[in-house]
Amino acid sequence: MDVQTWTYLIVGATFLLYIGIAVWARAGSTQEFYVAGGGVHPVANGMATAADWMSAASFISMAGIISFAGYDGAVYLMGWTGGYVLLALLLAPYLRKFGKFTVPDFIGDRYYSNVARTVAVICAIIVSFTYVAGQMRGVGLVFSRFLEVEINTGVYIGTVVVFFYAIMGGMKGITYTQVAQYCVLIFAYMVPAIFISLQMTDNILPQLGFISEVNDGSGLALLDKLDQLHSDLGFAEYTDGTKTTIDVFAITLALMAGTAGLPHVIVRFFTVPRVRDARISAGWALLFIAILYTTAPAIAAFARTNLITTISDRPYTELPPWFSKWEETALVAWVDKNDDGRLQYHPGPPFVGPVDQQRDGGGARVQGNYGQALLNNAPTDNANEVYIDRDIMVLANPEIARLPAWIIALVAAGGLAAALSTAAGLLLVISTAVSRDLMRKQIKPDMSEAEELWWARGGAAAAVLVAAYFGVNPPGFVAATVALAFGLAAASFFPAIVLGIFDKRMNREGAISGMVVGTVLMFGYMAVYRLGWFVDTVPPESEWWFGISPEGFGSVGMIVNTVIALVISRLSAPPPEDVQDMVEMIRIPAGAGEAHDH
Amino acid sequence: MAPPEEYRQYWRANLRYLAILLTIWFAVSFCCGILFADELNRLRIGGAKLGFWFAQQGSIYVFVVLIFVYVYLMNRLDEKYGVGE
Repeated sequence: MDVQTWTYLIVGATFLLYIGIAVWARAGSTQEFYVAGGGVHPVANGMATAADWMSAASFISMAGIISFAGYDGAVYLMGWTGGYVLLALLLAPYLRKFGKFTVPDFIGDRYYSNVARTVAVICAIIVSFTYVAGQMRGVGLVFSRFLEVEINTGVYIGTVVVFFYAIMGGMKGITYTQVAQYCVLIFAYMVPAIFISLQMTDNILPQLGFISEVNDGSGLALLDKLDQLHSDLGFAEYTDGTKTTIDVFAITLALMAGTAGLPHVIVRFFTVPRVRDARISAGWALLFIAILYTTAPAIAAFARTNLITTISDRPYTELPPWFSKWEETALVAWVDKNDDGRLQYHPGPPFVGPVDQQRDGGGARVQGNYGQALLNNAPTDNANEVYIDRDIMVLANPEIARLPAWIIALVAAGGLAAALSTAAGLLLVISTAVSRDLMRKQIKPDMSEAEELWWARGGAAAAVLVAAYFGVNPPGFVAATVALAFGLAAASFFPAIVLGIFDKRMNREGAISGMVVGTVLMFGYMAVYRLGWFVDTVPPESEWWFGISPEGFGSVGMIVNTVIALVISRLSAPPPEDVQDMVEMIRIPAGAGEAHDH
Repeated sequence: MAPPEEYRQYWRANLRYLAILLTIWFAVSFCCGILFADELNRLRIGGAKLGFWFAQQGSIYVFVVLIFVYVYLMNRLDEKYGVGE
């Protein structure tokens, strides 16, 4: 069977499975809709959390980014896992004991203020939308490459599936589908990694293959060979990186605190029965995440080595078929600057601007002497002739390594599982923010449970449609806003929640001024130094404050937020007695069962 | 309403565990993986430079262990003070 038949078969089977689970686990009450009835087993919750967390970006893009960034890729690896330590130790058990459904709930009650609750709702919605648009786009990408449909058709199909099970099952349906999706995505990630590790290093575990010798008879360790390939071609050494130490430090810290502050991650810890289950859930979640996150750098190094040895200085006519296949999607390109028919791969952009293929009058691509796609782009004057989009590394990796067709189809199903599970979790946060934090708490406190459930489903439905719109018409600022989502979560939520638990004296005035200053600072820095608003041109790196990039600035925002909150709270009245009692209450695990039946 | 003395002790023990575990968390990621990565790169683990390995592998393994150790310590503490569920 060919790749396409396999893909239809495997993707179709997994979709049937997800829908079947959604029907079986549909929600009957708001309690089931928001937190799955609070009765999910910790291991299941760990898997669901892992699937929720690992998005299309983790599955499709991360290994590719590391592959091209080398050592610098560590900011994502450490940032997106180390955050779970903060979450497990500083937030999860206490928020579970607090026992309400959402992060804005906590902020609103702890700081006895509807202003604080509203600020938190707005932040939660912005952060979640930023994310969900990216997921729908990821779904479209996978569909368009593997099922050969238009990218927009792919987005529509994904929308229908998410719509169906998010609206029907709420948190309960989503949790059990995510368990299935975790199994699909981790299997799909590991199988090609194991095959390639065996192929290149004779080691079955990619994590060991990563630090072993390559079996090409050279006796070199994989990473040493890669460093050597890099120096020969003029790249910085793979294990060295190009970012400054302070920037790597700041980005890692911002990603860690941002991870711990993301509403769709936190809400997962409300779904388990007891405080001790919340603690262990975070452990299982990180274990399941770590399986993928320790494999990703291995895949990155294998793929990089394979890529360089396959294409560098090779005549175009002797390239394996995957190159021209991806050329069709304009995600790889070659300009023969020196007219020798061979691919010269070096640092620097090969041409100006995004790939723009030449078309004849009938819309067919114009081919050069060797059959390559010709471009309209003006070539640059460096020696590099090859453009490779980093997003294709995971998807193309099995083809580059010449693995069988069913494995390539499996990767497509895995990418879809990753995108759908994250999208569903985010949609739930948005719908809860609408039905509970806005309608129930602020606008219509006396509505019945059936009515609230109706608002929750309506909120989820509206959110899916808006997300689909952004998937079809992706706003140009998406890349900048993903960094902003983490920066915002780090600079706004994270200090407010941690201080709310660990500093009994923290009051409304301190928390709100901290959140406002942190958020404004983060927004302002991103606007000026990444998007170039309010100034003529985007300022160069040399003008960054303390040498910290906008991606890492969330850590500065977080520190400023904390300092301001502490100072202001000490200058104003302490929080009321009942709020202080509440803080005492959430510090002790006993009695969590009663707390959530309200 | 002042909390009973036992609760205060329980909380203090909890904070002590947090301080120790978060120190390790900081040491493996920010110290070994970033600040002193260049120095550690003179040493090797298998075919990888040690600082690089901590940044892309080692710190993640330690993170997982840290959470399970925390769960173990806290469950024991809950039992000692009788505040478990």
